[in-house]
Amino acid sequence: MEHYLNIFIKSIFIDNMIFAFFLGMCSYLAVSKTVKTSLGLGIAVIFVLLITVPVNFLIEKYVLKKGALIWLGKGFADVDLSFLTFMVFIAVIAAMTQLVEMVVEKFSPALYNSLGIFLPLIAVNCAILGASLFMQEREYENILEATVFGAGSGVGWLLAIVGIAAIREKLRYSNVPDPLKGLGITFILTGLMAIAFMGFMGITL
Amino acid sequence: MSDQEKEPLFSAKNIKLLTGPLDKNNPITIQVLGICSALAVTVKLKPALVMALSVTIVVAVSNVVIAALRSYIPDRIRIIVQLVVIATLVILVDQILKAYAFDVSKQLSVFVGLIITNCILMGRLEAFAMANKPWPSFLDGLGNGAGYGLILVIVAFIRELLGSGTILGYPVMEKIGIYSIGYENNGMMILPPMALIVVGLIIWVQRSRDKSLIEK
Repeated sequence: MEHYLNIFIKSIFIDNMIFAFFLGMCSYLAVSKTVKTSLGLGIAVIFVLLITVPVNFLIEKYVLKKGALIWLGKGFADVDLSFLTFMVFIAVIAAMTQLVEMVVEKFSPALYNSLGIFLPLIAVNCAILGASLFMQEREYENILEATVFGAGSGVGWLLAIVGIAAIREKLRYSNVPDPLKGLGITFILTGLMAIAFMGFMGITL
Repeated sequence: MSDQEKEPLFSAKNIKLLTGPLDKNNPITIQVLGICSALAVTVKLKPALVMALSVTIVVAVSNVVIAALRSYIPDRIRIIVQLVVIATLVILVDQILKAYAFDVSKQLSVFVGLIITNCILMGRLEAFAMANKPWPSFLDGLGNGAGYGLILVIVAFIRELLGSGTILGYPVMEKIGIYSIGYENNGMMILPPMALIVVGLIIWVQRSRDKSLIEK
């Protein structure tokens, strides 16, 4: 149990998608103007990560890895499909976002209306593909670890985007030098937030 | 092709496609595309150069492919088609890097794969290649790749020089003997947050020079 909690905390604070790896920066910068929309996008990201990371984990384990196809028979022991990783992962992500979009639309129109425009955008959010690729690189042992990692990354992303959106809302009342307005100050603020998050470095449970 | 022949290959308009993204229309500082991978690979100059080159190649080639196919792609599935073209090219780049520059490929780790979701690619394909001929699209791709590379190289140069005291691994700071008068490398520069702040400062400099770029 502690082991999973450790992965969860680590992926939220220490290996934060935005502050440590700059993943998902594009939508992070574009959508962080108000807290409400950024909260919607954050939830959508958690949602999609929770589904795509475990699915990609299973595909990696039973199809792509060297020797993963052994369940098909002895002859497949040497098959190595790992060069297809990118193609398969991105296809899974695109398909899953589509699926999530349809399911949400059917069962929760209210949620769909608030997330609607963001869901298709998520397919090309680097944080989603990044999480799958990190999952592969770090070689998580079982599907639970991968799921926990996916959830943690999503929560970390949500935390970052909601934090910056709240600051940007307040920023409207501050006197920022003209050339820094908008994008420039957002970068610098993110940098400062990242420095704050570095305080978590090295924590283990 | 008949239109193409009337227009010289390097007409003023085409030159502008190439040089615009270097400054006034820079993908990173103005269009806000492709930040994701831009920052993570800029600790050292060498991976930054490799990354810039890879992205330029992928943008230029995928722009040409999509521009050539643009009238055959059904509108509804265009995103998937674009992703497939991009993913194929990225797989090629990844395999080539693994074969010929393994150490750099290890340093870049997941970020080569993340070229797929680099917003510059989708951005340029959607905004330019879907509506233009292959040749201008190729120039647009090259220009945007170069504009992206320019920022990458500037950031990496600053971070490597101040953070490790080297340029491309060559110990510049040691050679000019600055350590003996008490200079220290700034370890902060190597850490992720400084990449963001350096880009913020570049934006500041650029927009102070050109007031028309200032956001309201």
